[in-house]
Amino acid sequence: MSYTDKFGRPLVAVTGMGVVTSLGQGKRDNWAALTGGRSGIRSIKRFPVDHLATTIAGLVDFLPESEQGATALTLALAELAAEEAIDESGLSLSNFGGPLFLAAPPVELDWRNRLALYARSERSGDWRSLIETARKTANRAYFDEGQFANIANRLADKYGTRGLPVTLSTACASGATAIQLGIEAIRRGECDRALAIGADGSATAEALIRFSLLSALSTQNERPEKASKPFSKDRDGFVLAEGSAALVLEPLESARSRGAKVLAIMRGCGEKADDFHRTRSKPDGSPAAGAVRAALADAGMAEEEVAYINAHGTSTPENDKMEHLSLSTVFGERMRTIPISSNKSMIGHTLSAAGAVEAVFSIMTMREGVIPPTINYDNPDPAIDLDVVPNVKREADVPTVLSNSFGFGGQNTCLVMAREPG
Amino acid sequence: MSSTDVVITGIGIVSSLGLGTDAHWQALQGSPAPKLDRERFAPYVIHPLPEIDWSVQIPRRGDQRQMETWQRLGTYTAGLALDDAGLKGDEELCATMDMIVAAGGGERDTAVDQAILDASLARNDHGVLLNEKLTTELRPTLFLAQLSNLLAGNISIVHKVTGSSRTFMGEDGAGVAAIETAAARIRAGQSTHCLVGAAFQTEHPDMLLAYELAAYLQRGEWSPVWQRREELGGGIITGSGAAFLVLESREHAEKRGRKAYAAIGPILSGRARREGSGLKDALGEMLDVLAGRAAPALAISGASGAHAATRAEKAALDAYGNMAVRGFNTVTGHLKEAQFPFAVALAALAIHNAKAYPPFDAENERPLEDAPKAVLATSVGYHCYEGMGLIVEA
Repeated sequence: MSYTDKFGRPLVAVTGMGVVTSLGQGKRDNWAALTGGRSGIRSIKRFPVDHLATTIAGLVDFLPESEQGATALTLALAELAAEEAIDESGLSLSNFGGPLFLAAPPVELDWRNRLALYARSERSGDWRSLIETARKTANRAYFDEGQFANIANRLADKYGTRGLPVTLSTACASGATAIQLGIEAIRRGECDRALAIGADGSATAEALIRFSLLSALSTQNERPEKASKPFSKDRDGFVLAEGSAALVLEPLESARSRGAKVLAIMRGCGEKADDFHRTRSKPDGSPAAGAVRAALADAGMAEEEVAYINAHGTSTPENDKMEHLSLSTVFGERMRTIPISSNKSMIGHTLSAAGAVEAVFSIMTMREGVIPPTINYDNPDPAIDLDVVPNVKREADVPTVLSNSFGFGGQNTCLVMAREPG
Repeated sequence: MSSTDVVITGIGIVSSLGLGTDAHWQALQGSPAPKLDRERFAPYVIHPLPEIDWSVQIPRRGDQRQMETWQRLGTYTAGLALDDAGLKGDEELCATMDMIVAAGGGERDTAVDQAILDASLARNDHGVLLNEKLTTELRPTLFLAQLSNLLAGNISIVHKVTGSSRTFMGEDGAGVAAIETAAARIRAGQSTHCLVGAAFQTEHPDMLLAYELAAYLQRGEWSPVWQRREELGGGIITGSGAAFLVLESREHAEKRGRKAYAAIGPILSGRARREGSGLKDALGEMLDVLAGRAAPALAISGASGAHAATRAEKAALDAYGNMAVRGFNTVTGHLKEAQFPFAVALAALAIHNAKAYPPFDAENERPLEDAPKAVLATSVGYHCYEGMGLIVEA
């Protein structure tokens, strides 16, 4: 059996996975909900929604850290996913021994802490009093909250990952980029294991407002579970959400030699930046198509070999149209018959975590032989002629998956996964 | 020598000392004096940006309006690097060029934030207050100006660098990881040419606040980086600045007939435990490995001035008695994510010009007459993460 791909590079195996979303903690609960077509989108209770145009989200509200701010929640989400993944891989939970690649949201001092500091200051109506109080207070938790290295540093401490951990952001493609960095490190022979995590607990009121100002969010608040409707005619924006996923990556050879269970193979990854606009894609969809083609080329796979597509499928008018266009460009007529579904119809858009969360669900799709549906597909967009696996799960033999991740700032990253080394 | 050696073919640098490589090389001859602003952010002294005509690198006003100073600074400096490498406007090579940017966050709207802080004193429903103010007063463009990955996004838009776009976050360490990863990808044949760098804009209260939440800044007066005083605070004096590099495989550079400034040798990075002598020992081990490859006569140190980290680095460097050290934060201030890219840029210029810099702090740094063949570049994070690398003749 070959441990290298057709380019002579080490094949990269996935040997552990963990996931948390608004649907629950762990793969089992998530999979049951996802294949049952259940939505995790609810009305927001965590903070007041007065004055907000959007009052729904896919929040992770069942953790003790859910009320403790974006940094604490993102860290907790990353830990839960990492523990499930490392545990499944059979590697050490305290001495993992490989590099960490963390996709996480940008951080800043939480408003409640900013306000608490100011309340304690001399209140001179100028920023100096805030900084002066910050210095005198010397609250380590406040400092950590504003340090971009903090979450990965804590994870590295806890799990004993090796070296300088990379924290990255490619906006809504971040989770896929974290996996890509792990794949590349293994292919370079730098490590015999890597931990890739995407985590995002940053659905604060301000985050909601910022995305609202860009007209990116759905305002269909009345029936929260119906708001995320990718590829539907009446889709009007994405639903902000939280979640996390972790994947343990290893060269196939070392995974086999230590007797680890191989869950899937990371066959290839590809990316292409868009230079058109800060939030909009080039009208011809060519950068997204370029990322798909780059991923297939990297995987050494022909278009015909893609059995299922895990869509980026945000439910924004712009994304779904562009994703359809770019996929049609690559796959031609066959695109009408390749099953493609959007997990975001149920979990919303988990931003920095999305690429990792959806990679985990993609692998479960292959392993279980069940494609999770695109729910809320009651009013198809006639301009988007796709088999979106509408509303009900479908049993199918799925040997390969293409997973798309596209983000603001011209970010396009695609992953190609396979059930078998091939 | 190998076809996949990593060579530096373009450098863009900006700091209080000026714009571009020539301005920096000139400013650093003789006895370089720091350019300081002692008033605007008193009690904090900062090294401010020089005057910059953004239009030189960001011709469209519409693009400039979509950014605040941090993103403009990075986009401008990336343009300098591309120009310097002869790649500016080369559509084909920019469309296949990879990019790794080390970034923090952009500037918040201080007026809106201050209004919220002041209003919070008179009422208790802070959640509602936030919604009220933020929904009515935030400018949509400012969100994008704050997003970490939008510096890279703007570089794609303005300079058409679209092979790939990755943003690493995490203060000084992100700058190390960015260059380490870019170089490793080129060496392994995963990339042929890559734009890599960072920008830091310190002239905003939040940028100072992030350090002062753990009392990392020196207050009241300026002193060279090796002479920061405990009684004045945490030891860091910040600066605005940026550094971008164009890295290429030797083969790629030669094919298009470009001379390189220098080559990137081994780069090491880590996450040492900072208690006790952990950091000093870890840095010593890294130095042993690197010096075994090519004994550097000159070190461009990215010591931040933060007391513990700077002491540990000085002790580790001093153990190599034959190495002349230049702590460049004396003349630029701490550039956060841009620390390591800036150190590598200065190291490459010294190799290229076959000349060491004069001491930046005559009391603590000794002169070096010989032309350096290998230069050490370091970046030891003020709070966590550290790295160093060898820059050698191409």
